[in-house]
Amino acid sequence: MKVPTMAELAAEGRSPEILFWVGCAGSFDSRAQKVTIAFCKILNAVGMDYAILGNEESCTGDPARRAGNEFIFQMSALQNIEVLNGYEIKKIVTACPHCFNTIKNEYPALGGNYEVIHHTQLLQELIDQGRIKMKEGGAFEGKKITYHDSCYLGRINGVYEAPRKVLEALDNELVEMKRCRTKGLCCGAGGAQMFKEDEPGDKRINIERVEEALDTKAEIIAANCPFCITMMQDGVKGKDKQEDVMVYDLAELIVNNNGL
Amino acid sequence: MIQQIAFLIISILAIGLATKQFLKIRRNVLLGKEEEIGGDSGRRWRNVFLVAFGQSKMFKRWIPAIFHFFIYAAFVITQIELIEIFIDGLTGIHRFFWPTLGGFYTFVISFIEILSVLAFVATVIFLIRRNIIKTPRFEKPEMKGWPKQDANIILYLEIFLIVFIFLMNSADMASHNNEYGFAISQYLSPIWSGASESTLHLMERIGWWGHVMVVFAFLNYLPISKHLHILLAFPNTYYARQNSRGEMENMPEIMNEVKSMMGLTEGGEEAMMDMDAELPEFGAKDIFDLSWKNILDAYSCTECGRCTSVCPANITGKKLSPRKILMDIRDRATEVGVKLDSGNLDYVREDLKAEAKKLTKDNFDDGKNLFDFISKEELHACTTCNACVEACPVLINPLDPILKMRRYEILTLSEGPSEWLPMFNAIENSGAVWSMPVERDHWRKELEE
Repeated sequence: MKVPTMAELAAEGRSPEILFWVGCAGSFDSRAQKVTIAFCKILNAVGMDYAILGNEESCTGDPARRAGNEFIFQMSALQNIEVLNGYEIKKIVTACPHCFNTIKNEYPALGGNYEVIHHTQLLQELIDQGRIKMKEGGAFEGKKITYHDSCYLGRINGVYEAPRKVLEALDNELVEMKRCRTKGLCCGAGGAQMFKEDEPGDKRINIERVEEALDTKAEIIAANCPFCITMMQDGVKGKDKQEDVMVYDLAELIVNNNGL
Repeated sequence: MIQQIAFLIISILAIGLATKQFLKIRRNVLLGKEEEIGGDSGRRWRNVFLVAFGQSKMFKRWIPAIFHFFIYAAFVITQIELIEIFIDGLTGIHRFFWPTLGGFYTFVISFIEILSVLAFVATVIFLIRRNIIKTPRFEKPEMKGWPKQDANIILYLEIFLIVFIFLMNSADMASHNNEYGFAISQYLSPIWSGASESTLHLMERIGWWGHVMVVFAFLNYLPISKHLHILLAFPNTYYARQNSRGEMENMPEIMNEVKSMMGLTEGGEEAMMDMDAELPEFGAKDIFDLSWKNILDAYSCTECGRCTSVCPANITGKKLSPRKILMDIRDRATEVGVKLDSGNLDYVREDLKAEAKKLTKDNFDDGKNLFDFISKEELHACTTCNACVEACPVLINPLDPILKMRRYEILTLSEGPSEWLPMFNAIENSGAVWSMPVERDHWRKELEE
């Protein structure tokens, strides 16, 4: 499978329709890499004209900014904007809601203006257009699945429906957690918490969230964020349920269904 | 005549005193930095009508919302009666509007009476909820002591307001053979059967004066109470930030500095910071570094705790409580206000003491700041999930001051959780949140093999 970079396409004098922003987790975290690869498989299968930045991509700066380190944020963000504007990027898709939020909502003030969509939105579009066809009787048919809204896609950017429509297309039984949509409970990773130990308390946030997910009796927890996936998976392990409950990104569920 | 003069004097005193206190709160709010309120005024008014007037966000929890709505509606509608009370008080006329409005008057007062009964029920339920059922969000550490007392005082005052209204109306009905026909007090007036006309008159007067006095007490209590939300909810929803929730306020001074470091500034634009000047301070150390809107948020908070009850950090036993952050900002602003009013030159900043003739917010330094109220542990526990922002019925943003204080800690103090350092270094040196020995697109190369 070939995943083109902007530089490669530029050398051929081409520019793609859409840039796939991979993000740090999607590039380096072994679990999130699987999501990146699954998403690339889908893009290749539908013949999407896309490319990645490869080594020209840097952290969007989200965790640094939310930790309070504006200098590091500005350095990373301005460098990214230089690269993106250099390639005259118009449209960006990313599988990370943190990257999604920062590029969409914070880069404009720094001189970076792009149309940014989250991969679940693109997946929904592709399903609606019939470009992704779900198989009847796929691996998840009839299985109970619950969906965890990430804060940065859901509450912060108001995207609740697109991921749910993707799940509906998978023909499984979606059971909502008590706290969902605007009331969705954080996985505990945002605001740079991913990179530090919890403050003293009674419980880890991911455990609280996983308990709620387990209450639904779902066999699959679907997520849309690499950090949520890490947190939920750790939580499932913490509850010793890793044999019974799997945590997947929506792109992976589609790939599994289609046998891509 | 004596009553009219007494009413005039008491009104002037009560309204004058309250005005003085409200102006102090305005001054305290303006201790914050300027913040440009951009965006669309149509949307702002929509927020005021839907969120403040219409209570739309309250209905995310509909049971308390309904009871709250009873009290709110009774409060708003009773203002009509208050107009008459003022006219009666000043002119000495009894029920000024009755002769001209007749049946419509009966309708209006009856409506107020029905709402008052509903408000009475709601108030009792709220007292039970706070003192007997002990709803968890009212039992958090920050609610101990004064905040709990404050909430109860308000509820008791509401009970008094309602009781006096019915005392007045029922005695009045009894002495006028029920000719007013008020919906509720016609059923209460029989309790006065057999009472002499002078007793009825006295009871009516006690009711009238009692109601007026509680209204004035309330007016003067508001500025020192969480109950101030009944007024500030309106400006607070109007001035609520309209940008995307996901956008942290940009810091142009740092952006320009970084741009010039990276050689991105255009045509000799001088963006370098003046290195001879005092080292600049970034983020918020005290209320003076917050924006006036942050402080308005704090004074608008009625400590309902919906933010805290959905905060993932608080739910899992961390010290952070978004409500406490707002209470702390308010208490600090009030403390600074009191000290400024004292004019005590001891509160002048050390290096300006010699020449200072007057204590102002620009030379103020009492050796304290917001970090004496809000611990770093609280700030560090926030996941920026925006659940608190979503939950607030009056569009307060508890997250913004948390992030501003984090900026102070990291940028100005160069402190913060040590575990964050590797992340900062990795982004700075290798453009990723982790320092990795492999290239960013190594996963791609493995695919091709």
